[in-house]
Amino acid sequence: MGYCPNTPEEIREMLGAIGAGSVEELFSAIPKELRAKSFELPAGMSEFELMRIMREKAAAGGAEIVPFIGGGIYDHIIPAAVDHLAGRAEFYTAYTPYQPECSQGTLQALFEYQTAICRLTGMEASNASLYDGGTAVAEAALMALRVTGRHAVVLDASVNPLHREVVSGYLASLSTGVVEVAPKGCESDLDLLMASVTEETAAVIVQHPNFFGSVADLTALAAKAHEKGALLIVSCYPIALGLVKSPGEMGADIAVGEGQSLGNPLSFGGPYFGFIATRKRFIRNLPGRIVGETVDQKGRRGYVLTLQAREQHIKRHKATSNICSNQSLCALRGLIFAASLGRQGFADLALLNYEKAEYAKALFAAIDGVSVLNAGATFNEFTLALPKPAAQVVARLLASGVAAGVPLSAYYAGKENALVVTVTEKRTKAEIDALAGLLKEALWN
Amino acid sequence: MSKYFTKEHEWVKIDGSTATVGISEHAAHELGDITFVELPQIGKSVKQFDTLAGIESVKAASDIYAPVSGKVSAVNGKLEDAPELVNESAEDAGWICQMEGFDAAELGALMDAAAYAEYLKGLE
Repeated sequence: MGYCPNTPEEIREMLGAIGAGSVEELFSAIPKELRAKSFELPAGMSEFELMRIMREKAAAGGAEIVPFIGGGIYDHIIPAAVDHLAGRAEFYTAYTPYQPECSQGTLQALFEYQTAICRLTGMEASNASLYDGGTAVAEAALMALRVTGRHAVVLDASVNPLHREVVSGYLASLSTGVVEVAPKGCESDLDLLMASVTEETAAVIVQHPNFFGSVADLTALAAKAHEKGALLIVSCYPIALGLVKSPGEMGADIAVGEGQSLGNPLSFGGPYFGFIATRKRFIRNLPGRIVGETVDQKGRRGYVLTLQAREQHIKRHKATSNICSNQSLCALRGLIFAASLGRQGFADLALLNYEKAEYAKALFAAIDGVSVLNAGATFNEFTLALPKPAAQVVARLLASGVAAGVPLSAYYAGKENALVVTVTEKRTKAEIDALAGLLKEALWN
Repeated sequence: MSKYFTKEHEWVKIDGSTATVGISEHAAHELGDITFVELPQIGKSVKQFDTLAGIESVKAASDIYAPVSGKVSAVNGKLEDAPELVNESAEDAGWICQMEGFDAAELGALMDAAAYAEYLKGLE
């Protein structure tokens, strides 16, 4: 595959072959206002000039902001081993295994990634990753429609609003009914969710912990869904699973989530990866690639892409999904992260998040006029009620070098004063204490 | 008891109100080693020639179409663990499912064994 642009000579040849007089004529069918205005890019720069500009931009802002923002994407430690191993040329430059069985290293890494995801989520089968958290939730919904042959889903409104938008976008053209269930304060309304499941429901979709940070036991919800022949889809935050019950333990049928928190930097929004795992009996309905372990002619262990009849290069329009690739490199970082920490390290990390967040929660709740809106347990994220519009407060604190949280006003009506604050293991006591001080000042001075 | 075939190589055996469905010896041979049969859900209603089930072999993944309309009343659970039964005995022990509630008039759109044999000759 050549990456060199076409020469003027080649362009003339191609235009001649199809009988177009010019590039302009070739694109004349596209309305002018929809075409690119201009391709006039600035002149090239030397490496030295470029590095200077990037350093200036990095120093100008962003780098020094202390983030208390979560809402689906989290600022966690990344062990040096992640960059080092994922940066090895064998992984870094190999895009996709077109001759999969010749790429044993890539396949083994993905197989081990699948194993790690299954152990984390308490499920039995994982694919080799999806694009991101939002598309993972949507793929899970599509999978539930296939498994049950039904045409409706019940969607908890305390699932990440961005992910809900992706789900609605995917389902809009499938004449699938989406029943959104409003939360009760900051808690998922489990009673109403259960009451909304009918014989027509393919799946109930919830998030764990939910968008407001609340943790709930979903065991009864799973039982209720199963009683009606529906599946339970749980979108989960992998770091939290070091402390809270896994989707598998609670009886979920499909566990999905955003994988960024596993070894991937914030990077202004991506690339990240999504994960999806399920019970063994639903494995043929999983989207995307699955790596399997086998033995060769001589009985030696080897890896293959397996159950490919689900995929679009074989099943065409009847494939389980149109996803035909995965986020291998980001998923590999996730695997190295999980393997570096190990079972105990993961539990320790989760506990550290919880304890720091509890410290911060108590400190902020003691500020005059501030209260915690979560009625029950939280993990490393919680929702505060402020005496002022949260977006205003966040804007003011940003000037002091702190990103205080996610104001809910952008996503939920009537929650103008609510702020979701996240405290990961990376936030120091000094940073938490400083935010408490800044909050007090912004609210009362 | 009478047996009919479709152009897509399914067979259907009519026994009173029960229609037993499978794929023909010819189809099983063409597919090669069968690795998985996706059985329909009991209670599923299908129209004649709509997708009824799925079958995967080392060579291909194909749909199995309903030779008659009706409701699935039984499936051959043995195929879950032994899909190779379809290769060994496509038109007997390797049956896929049974259906009820079909319309006898639909059988007119199918071929009997002799006509199917002729049809296969035409494909060669």
